[in-house]
Amino acid sequence: MIALFFRDLKLSVRAGGGAMIGVLFFMTVVSVIPFGVGPDLNLLSRIGPAILWIGALLASLLGLDRLFQAEREDGSLDLMLMHETPLILTVFVKCAAHWAATGLPLVVASPFLGLFMNMDELAIGATVLTLLAGTPAITFIGAVGAAVAVALPRGGLLVSILVLPIALPVLIFGVSAVYAAVEDPAPFLPPFMILMALTLFFAVVGPVAAAAALRHSAD
Amino acid sequence: MIFHDISFSLAGGEALVVTGPNGSGKSTLLRVLAGLLQAESGRISLADGPSGFAHPHELSHYLGHRNAMKRELTVEENLSFWQRFLGNSPGGSASDLATAAAAVGLAGITHLPFGYLSAGQQRRMAMAKLLVAYRPIWILDEPTAALDAGADRLFAGLVTNHLERGGIVIAATHQSLGIGQAKTLQMTGFVH
Repeated sequence: MIALFFRDLKLSVRAGGGAMIGVLFFMTVVSVIPFGVGPDLNLLSRIGPAILWIGALLASLLGLDRLFQAEREDGSLDLMLMHETPLILTVFVKCAAHWAATGLPLVVASPFLGLFMNMDELAIGATVLTLLAGTPAITFIGAVGAAVAVALPRGGLLVSILVLPIALPVLIFGVSAVYAAVEDPAPFLPPFMILMALTLFFAVVGPVAAAAALRHSAD
Repeated sequence: MIFHDISFSLAGGEALVVTGPNGSGKSTLLRVLAGLLQAESGRISLADGPSGFAHPHELSHYLGHRNAMKRELTVEENLSFWQRFLGNSPGGSASDLATAAAAVGLAGITHLPFGYLSAGQQRRMAMAKLLVAYRPIWILDEPTAALDAGADRLFAGLVTNHLERGGIVIAATHQSLGIGQAKTLQMTGFVH
């Protein structure tokens, strides 16, 4: 399983891998917002956390459709389905590798993009923390969509549409946790705990559902 | 329905060659054997296998039309990944990467990315994958497509070796595999 993790990591940083695409897209989305909204610093710092979260959500969805499709195209998926290791574990490890290659860079890039949005240190810190806790959930949810659409050519947009409604709670609680940290009366912990609960919940449910979808996609 | 009323049994050291025209269901039969497709009816069972293995596909290598190797990774990375991911079935040991590459006649080029190899070399490397992790059953779908005559002989040697060690080989093919005695299964398909 460790072999699978490092192989997927290696693949995503080699030519044709999608590791940097997500970060570039994230940068593009966030950096055009100030141009569109205008140089109102108060407004920017107010919408900053939400923009960062929306950007990170969309960027995480970007490379998800290739999660299993690439394996299917070259026949590797067949061997993984045959193997006696539980398929759920294989899916979980693939998700972990995908998050480490595409989700983690988003978390690392978010403080710099926070500066674009005139966010103060507390807001930036809270955004990084909530992204760290929340983006794995998006990957696990996305794995289900990727598994359902594995046999479809050009399934990319379909995966995003399938996944987005289920990923919305993650966005809602992520953003509300950041606002709770910045604005005084609201407590930070409850929404943050719910965010972590969502991640843990989908870390269990996502691989189970994705494995079931892969088993039934056999052709 | 693609085929029905098919029955065979193989003991260790025996090979089955599945032949038949295009579309007669050879690949489908092999995918059913590999556990990748559900049969509408009928069953596949393992007799006297190692304990803990209910289905033959858990003890099988499957070499399909696609090579299951990543173009971006080097041959060595590909093979060592499958070696570690698949592991050995009980009751056998596998050869190391260098030996496996030498066995398919491509010892010197394991440092190249898989995508740089020609179609025939890629196929040979996919066969090396059969050697780096031990499985008693080999399920081979058109194993010798894209291979030259030399590689055909080399592959026949690999299969013969595997049979002598008590393995089982099930292959769908149009060409003769060049192995001595093998059971054959002729798929007729449906006459329209």
